[in-house]
Amino acid sequence: MPNGTGWRISLIGIFILLSFLYLTPTLVTTLPSWWKGLLPKDKIHLGLDLQGGTHLVLEVDTQKAVEGTLDIVATDLEDTLNSKNLRFKRIARTGSDKVSVVVYEKGTAESVQKLLKDKYPGYEQSPAHDEGGFVAFDLRINDKDAQDRKDKSVQQALETIRNRIDQFGVSEPTIQREGINHIVVQLPGIKDPQRAIDLIGKTARLEFKMVREDIPPSSASIPEDAELLKERIVDQTTGAVNEIPYVLQKKSLITGDLLTDAQVRIDSQFNQPYVAIEFNSLGAKLFDQATAANVGKRFAIVLDNNIYSAPVIRERISGGSAQISGSFTEKTAADLAIILRAGALPAPVKIIQNVTVGPSLGQDSINKGLYAGLIGVLLVIVFMTVYYRLSGLIANWGMVLNVLFLMGALSALGATLTLPGIAAIVLLIGMSVDSNVLIFERVREELKLGKTPKAALDAGYDKAFMTVMDSHITTLITAAVLFQFGTGPVKGFAVSLSLGVMINLFTSLIGTKVIFDLALHKGNIKKLSI
Amino acid sequence: MELLGKTNIDFIGKRNIAFVISSIISIIGIIGIIQISRGAANMGIDFSGGTSMQLKFTKPLPIAEARAALHKHGIAKAELQEIKDGNKLLIKIDKNTSLALGKAADAVQTAFKKEFADNAFTVDSSTEIGPSIGDKLRKDTLVAVVISLLGIILYIAWRFDLKFGIGAVLSTMHDCLAMIAVFYIMNKEINLLFITAVLTIAGYSLTDTVVVFDRIRENLHKNLKGAMHNIFNLSINEVLSRTIVTSLTTFMASVSLFLFGGEVIHDFAFALVIGIVVATYSSVFVASPIVSILETRALAKQGEKA
Repeated sequence: MPNGTGWRISLIGIFILLSFLYLTPTLVTTLPSWWKGLLPKDKIHLGLDLQGGTHLVLEVDTQKAVEGTLDIVATDLEDTLNSKNLRFKRIARTGSDKVSVVVYEKGTAESVQKLLKDKYPGYEQSPAHDEGGFVAFDLRINDKDAQDRKDKSVQQALETIRNRIDQFGVSEPTIQREGINHIVVQLPGIKDPQRAIDLIGKTARLEFKMVREDIPPSSASIPEDAELLKERIVDQTTGAVNEIPYVLQKKSLITGDLLTDAQVRIDSQFNQPYVAIEFNSLGAKLFDQATAANVGKRFAIVLDNNIYSAPVIRERISGGSAQISGSFTEKTAADLAIILRAGALPAPVKIIQNVTVGPSLGQDSINKGLYAGLIGVLLVIVFMTVYYRLSGLIANWGMVLNVLFLMGALSALGATLTLPGIAAIVLLIGMSVDSNVLIFERVREELKLGKTPKAALDAGYDKAFMTVMDSHITTLITAAVLFQFGTGPVKGFAVSLSLGVMINLFTSLIGTKVIFDLALHKGNIKKLSI
Repeated sequence: MELLGKTNIDFIGKRNIAFVISSIISIIGIIGIIQISRGAANMGIDFSGGTSMQLKFTKPLPIAEARAALHKHGIAKAELQEIKDGNKLLIKIDKNTSLALGKAADAVQTAFKKEFADNAFTVDSSTEIGPSIGDKLRKDTLVAVVISLLGIILYIAWRFDLKFGIGAVLSTMHDCLAMIAVFYIMNKEINLLFITAVLTIAGYSLTDTVVVFDRIRENLHKNLKGAMHNIFNLSINEVLSRTIVTSLTTFMASVSLFLFGGEVIHDFAFALVIGIVVATYSSVFVASPIVSILETRALAKQGEKA
């Protein structure tokens, strides 16, 4: 063998072997039993545009999380003052960062302020001032705590959504935080995207509230501590929607965070599904007290401000179990159970991007992409063979190596193949023989000058080198930028393109040259087939 | 085999015609960019926000009937487009609809289910983009375009001297503008994939230019006798067949994508095809004449001094 070919041949051999090794899981449907241990098992990842599925970007309304915290502080404060017999006129959250407290006298204000200083050291208090004859002051959450709360709420939302999706049962979902308040959810191969979106997007704040039967729902003025909500009843057979308004006490008796379990059951009498819930010990105690105190009265089960049912409390309920019935189908009951088990989101989320690709379109794209690739390969192979004869065949060999290495690299790196990614591979088929065209044209020229085949070949590779580098480097610049800024399919394009360009440099400068060197080594080739 | 034998075409002599054609194309391209930045071009929903869906019906559905059905259900502002292959319908609803995000896709499905009960359909794909995402994508894309063009220009500046650098940069820009011009005139959708194609061509177009430039430089160094004009023409003629062949292989690959790659990347492949053709043209008719003018001018100045 000529000098310096040994290592090149071994390198190419190793790369071919590695590529096949990494491509085996993709090419073979069932791996043999001895295929274990360190051998690669992952197939090439397909992007959502190829395998079908849903890509969602959710925006967490983090401000609402801060407001929620302040609402809890306000309720908590009411309870504390009541238990200490400190009389107050009003305690409520105002604006986005304050709880305002209004008391009757200055003396009370002072003791409340002292109490607040101990209880909520992180909050800033405004000095007490006169407000229409009463004494008022604010409790303000400081910016750092608010920011912290916002940050945590996104993290919590992500965990809750992950929990819900896990229980819903999607294989290989991706759930990631992006930027300050965005969460990206990818659900490959999902069959009923709308159901999943409903499941993910619900805040799922469950509350038990007393119905204010003293105020008619048609009443024009509803007191400040009450609210008007509606129960939606869907007729299972006709699909007609009927809404019943109720006036509810704003303050809730119990909230969903005191649940330990939720399961779908079927009512044996009406054959209707309902959701059975279990409270933890605190929840059970509160529920026991509330039902004991309100026998004969009506309460409402509210989820995200929609009333599910408003039953009358017939007797005291101890033991901490209750049921939510409503106009459920089995699916909606199952989904409700999932979101109750997974817990409420700390703040509402909004879907700001939803890309759903049906499985048939994905398969169609793969088929057409492969078909186009095949035709591209054939066209290029025929052209190169006709135009450059044997040398053309060597260029084609380089191109085949190129595609093989690229596919191998994609699976080895766990990169995602998208439809534009397939396009990039097809484009590279053309570009990979480009480099050889530049080299071959140069060689032809050198041959015309009367050089021997070997000298012409070496000169050709030498002189074309910079030109080949130029085109590769500029393409690599764009590919790198696209990778940095692109998302989804575009990123897939950038990955295939940049890997392909680097591999192409190797195959066109080393992969094809080594064949020429081997062929010309004996020195008895008088004429180059080019 | 050889595609072209020895040629002797006066490329530089035809530069005035080429400049007129290229100027017109570039001006249309610039108008296109202005319209795009105003949002007045046919923007993809990834930039403008909104909803787009692709439905596959079991039976052919005339576009007018589909439009009437949507109209009847309160979806007035929808763009419809038929894909002949397989009874497919593309529906685009921009963000300025009365429907909230997430509701438009539902509304379209409800409308079609009611109006065409006997023509069942499946949703091939559905994309909803909120305005904030559109803004972010627009910003990211702008940054990507600026950085990659800057990167290419820096590379060219490092690789060539000023005159060749100016020629290469101008011809690269010309290629990008030409792609935008074609898409703008044909009212094809400007979306992320199109921008990706433009950037890819920006990187690729340099190949052809470099092939020609390298030869011009070589011949300039050889101190061939004769006017600048002739050295340039000789160089272009010498490398003409490789300029065409290198583009031809990539061109063949993109054309097969364009013809057989399916509707999702149809426009993307089309942009690549246009880009490759324009890039080949510009390396001969834009990049080289610009350098020849700059070189001649520099030479004339030197002559004055001497």
